Amino acid sequence: MYSIFDRAISFSEKNQQAAESGDHMDLDFTKEQKQIREQVIDFAEREIKPFIPRMEQGEFPRDILQKMGKIGLMGIPVPRNYGGQELDFTSYILTIHELSKVSATVGVILSVHTSVGTNPILLFGTEEQKRAFVPKLASGQYLGAFCLTEANAGSDAANLKTRAIKKDDHYVINGSKLFITNGGEADLYIVFAVTDPALGNRGITAFIVEKNTPGFIFGKDEQKMGLHGSRTRQLHFENMKIPFANRLGDEGEGFKIALANLEFGRIGIAAQALGIAEAAFETAVSFSKYRPTEQGVSFKLADMATHLEAAKLLVYRAVDLKQRGIPCGKEASIAKLFASKTAVYITTEAISVLGESGYTEEYPVERYFRDAKITEIYEGTSEIQRVVISKHL
Amino acid sequence: MIFTLSEEHEMIRKMVRDFAQNEVAPTAAQRDEEERFDREIIDKMAELGLMGIPWPEEYGGIGSDYLAYCIAVEELARVCASTAVTLSAHTSLAGWPLYKFGTEDQKQKYLKPMALGEKIGAYGLTEPGSGSDAGAMKTNARLEGDHYVLNGSKIFITNGGVADIYVVFALTDPASKQKGTTAFIVEKDTPGFSIGKKEKKLGIRSSPTTEIIFQDCKIPKENVLGKVGEGFKIAMMTLDGGRNGIAAQAVGIAQGALDAAVAYSKQRYQFGKPIAAQQGISFKLADMATNVEAARLLTYQAAWRESEGLPYGKESAMSKLFAGDTAMKVTTEAVQVFGGYGYTKDYPVERFMRDAKITQIYEGTQEIQRLVISRML
Repeated sequence: MYSIFDRAISFSEKNQQAAESGDHMDLDFTKEQKQIREQVIDFAEREIKPFIPRMEQGEFPRDILQKMGKIGLMGIPVPRNYGGQELDFTSYILTIHELSKVSATVGVILSVHTSVGTNPILLFGTEEQKRAFVPKLASGQYLGAFCLTEANAGSDAANLKTRAIKKDDHYVINGSKLFITNGGEADLYIVFAVTDPALGNRGITAFIVEKNTPGFIFGKDEQKMGLHGSRTRQLHFENMKIPFANRLGDEGEGFKIALANLEFGRIGIAAQALGIAEAAFETAVSFSKYRPTEQGVSFKLADMATHLEAAKLLVYRAVDLKQRGIPCGKEASIAKLFASKTAVYITTEAISVLGESGYTEEYPVERYFRDAKITEIYEGTSEIQRVVISKHL
Repeated sequence: MIFTLSEEHEMIRKMVRDFAQNEVAPTAAQRDEEERFDREIIDKMAELGLMGIPWPEEYGGIGSDYLAYCIAVEELARVCASTAVTLSAHTSLAGWPLYKFGTEDQKQKYLKPMALGEKIGAYGLTEPGSGSDAGAMKTNARLEGDHYVLNGSKIFITNGGVADIYVVFALTDPASKQKGTTAFIVEKDTPGFSIGKKEKKLGIRSSPTTEIIFQDCKIPKENVLGKVGEGFKIAMMTLDGGRNGIAAQAVGIAQGALDAAVAYSKQRYQFGKPIAAQQGISFKLADMATNVEAARLLTYQAAWRESEGLPYGKESAMSKLFAGDTAMKVTTEAVQVFGGYGYTKDYPVERFMRDAKITQIYEGTQEIQRLVISRML
């Protein structure tokens, strides 16, 4: 046992050194990150907010995405030499967070486009594939989508049925996909199919599929509880021919590609949940300011504020670890589990605070409430997050 | 943003963890059973420098910060919540107001021996008729020449009887209520000062909680802490920081219970496999771990803000509210994971559950935290 008295002086000195080297706790954003956030807030207020009623009617925000592409939001973390902004992960997450605060629909479109539409090509694509597709995605000319889920393969991705059979210089793909975000609207799809059924997980291969490929058919357009402006569709592949050049990674590498960088998408959805929760909370607070508030309401607001703060810390802790390349599987799952639960809880309570008004479309809280629920489901359900977390204990 | 702790903070954590494991844990259950405070443990903590973590070296401290202090409280609470609250009341409730409001002489005379661990501190605010409503206090202090004469009594005083130095609050101008309240430094041997009833408690049983009584207790004028009439402000500001110590205690209790539940669930077999491999239990553990992480981040954030000189009143109220609720929930679930064994004194989880309850009550009940938070929204 040693005493830290003996080290008192060196302790202060070391703290000083740590502060200078950045190796100490600092829970504030950088100036640059704050500026980006301001720009996103401004854009969302000006361009997205007025369009919300049309999205709620089911209209896809095509124009908004074009504008987002123009100001660089469609390729935030993408390297500059592939047409992106090359900004840090924190800036990307702040963007999802702030966009979702105004529109969870726009938040999820961007999250899917970036984390699972663009990222796999950056991580596993050949130089040619990167040059061919990434600049288009990063500029917003192309919108990306990710096609893994099937009727019988959701959380259990190893149960895929879609088949890809090699023939001459191409693959022939047959099968169907379910719940594809940006389905029908996206220009580029990362599709997972079985190339060797005998190998299970190791028999899955990823492909880059462009929208107008013959045999690529858009199926049922799901009518959803929330996220009305976003598209969720079934996709069918009928003898769809994909050239070798569009295979992403090696044959059999698909499962690895699907699971790689899982935290990227999970933290993105956690940030979406955070944005929804924050919007509902702020609406509830401003509503209650104009009415005499009893403790039944003010204590509710205090609890909501506390959970929101905790969710924020969990999300940005995961962001910090991810950005610095520190393994964060457990932390990302904890962030997603807690933030999505908080979003459902806070949006529910916000309706209670507004009372009957909250139940009407006069106020946005019923939309927040409907949008919140999906965050507990996609990019790994809360149950899957618990599986991940408990494995780390 | 950087969420990871510095090397120095990690070093303190490791040191306190080792100390807690080797010196505090072995007797924790027995001290709880016997309601026994052990001064020797405090003396050993003093040797390590733990009794004055955030105070500058000239006042006997180690010149670290509030975050390091919270980490120490957390690590102690992981094995013994009683020892943790002794340190918390000593540092946050007695040390803090002396450091912030004391004169140079007062700091040398009182804060320094406390930081060195030669003396233990305590805080006296609560009275039978004034708990959360501190403005309703009755204890009064009458100025007579060069001293004040204190009369009245305080209850639920952590470290009561074992402390040497008490920061107490009394009315110097009863008509002005809160603005007529003044803080005093009282030494234990002062004539007219005595220790009253020692409470028998549900938890934190090896931390003494007593009544303290003033009967024509003469306190020299130079022992006024801060300005006359400033007492209520000092009391409330002290509690802001104190809350964070309690949040850290709650995080530690919850972590201790979680650790025990995880370890037990891996070696307990039912239906042919460990209960940790069954989702009824593993999902429970995942939820417990998630809440502990959230509570810890809230607590560290508030401590970090205090260390950085940023406002932290709202954040410390949030950390105490969330961590207290988490401690209660996680310890209750931990007993559930242990089943019948968890209900017995053969395992520490029943003690953790009893200890957790107080974190929802003292240094401002959860309801008071909600009041504090809602006023700042």
